[in-house]
Amino acid sequence: MAKLELDAMDVVQYDVLKEIGNIGAGNATTALATMLQVKVDMKVPKVALLDFQELPEILGGAENIIVGILLTLSGNIDGMMMFVLERDAAHSMVNMLMGQDVPLDAEFSEMEASALQEIGNIITGAYLSSLSNLTQMSINASIPYIAIDMAGAILSVPAIEFGKIGDKALLIQTEFGEKDTQVNGFFILIPTLDSYNAILTSLGL
Amino acid sequence: MGNMIKVGMADMNYCHAPDAITTLGLGSCVGVVLYDPNTKIAGLVHIMLPDSTKIKNNENCAKFADTGIDEMVKRVVEAGASRAALKSKIAGGAQMFAFSSENDLLRVGARNVEAVKEKLAQLRIPILAEDTGNSYGRTIEFYPETGELLIKAVGKSTYKI
Repeated sequence: MAKLELDAMDVVQYDVLKEIGNIGAGNATTALATMLQVKVDMKVPKVALLDFQELPEILGGAENIIVGILLTLSGNIDGMMMFVLERDAAHSMVNMLMGQDVPLDAEFSEMEASALQEIGNIITGAYLSSLSNLTQMSINASIPYIAIDMAGAILSVPAIEFGKIGDKALLIQTEFGEKDTQVNGFFILIPTLDSYNAILTSLGL
Repeated sequence: MGNMIKVGMADMNYCHAPDAITTLGLGSCVGVVLYDPNTKIAGLVHIMLPDSTKIKNNENCAKFADTGIDEMVKRVVEAGASRAALKSKIAGGAQMFAFSSENDLLRVGARNVEAVKEKLAQLRIPILAEDTGNSYGRTIEFYPETGELLIKAVGKSTYKI
């Protein structure tokens, strides 16, 4: 098996990781659409190796306010999974789910934050179970944790984990919905380097 | 008004008044300002981890509290600051997600703050002000002209320390 090197990934490894994003996020997007009973489109996943400085740019810049739902992963795959929403989108999704009409720029109530955690829980669950089926690896996810804050601050959490092994972070990112529509956001899977190798090995690479 | 110099994650830089220096969206990382009030030279390092000796891949000195502060001291002194006059202000080290506290990985904010304080004490650089901990992100701007550190957080009005 070719060991994954962050700076020298080959095309096949790259494509496989992209496909994982495709399958995982495909299932998650379906779960989301079912839950909200709306149509949700999904973009082609991106596999990106980013310097820490570039990391907040994928979410609209370091000071962009986002809703981040994070789960830590253990078992055969270690790392983190994040589900990220713009503040407006988070509000409109909670409004849909709870049948209410709260203004999009309002603070999130405790009830709304917990609804968001539950949305995160269900759809990251769909992502991870498809990944688990595909690789035949067991993945244990923590409970979902939520933070509503600046993108840079939220991303510091996975960045620090990657900081322990290098100066770059490798992530599989999938955008769903259209910008400025009611339902849009990102799934970001951030396995550790060892877990990337384990995933690739399980798929016969 | 001078320019605003940006410092990214795991990065460092310095400026002379009337320029100012900033880092955006500090989460569990810690922003350490070192400045000389007389020459009005200020350095800012955005550290991510407490200890370079525990990590194999540690070439980027700005990433760690120990090596980052050492390097920052060296650079501001080279730029004309007096080593003996150096003061510091620190901010950041939040716990962004309300994890159960026994999970060591997630207390990294608090550990970063401890490591920064330890290093500054060892170098005998006084900490004139700090805004650390809690659970929210911070954008900080330091003005060497006045020695003020401006802190912006989501849903809070801007304040100075």
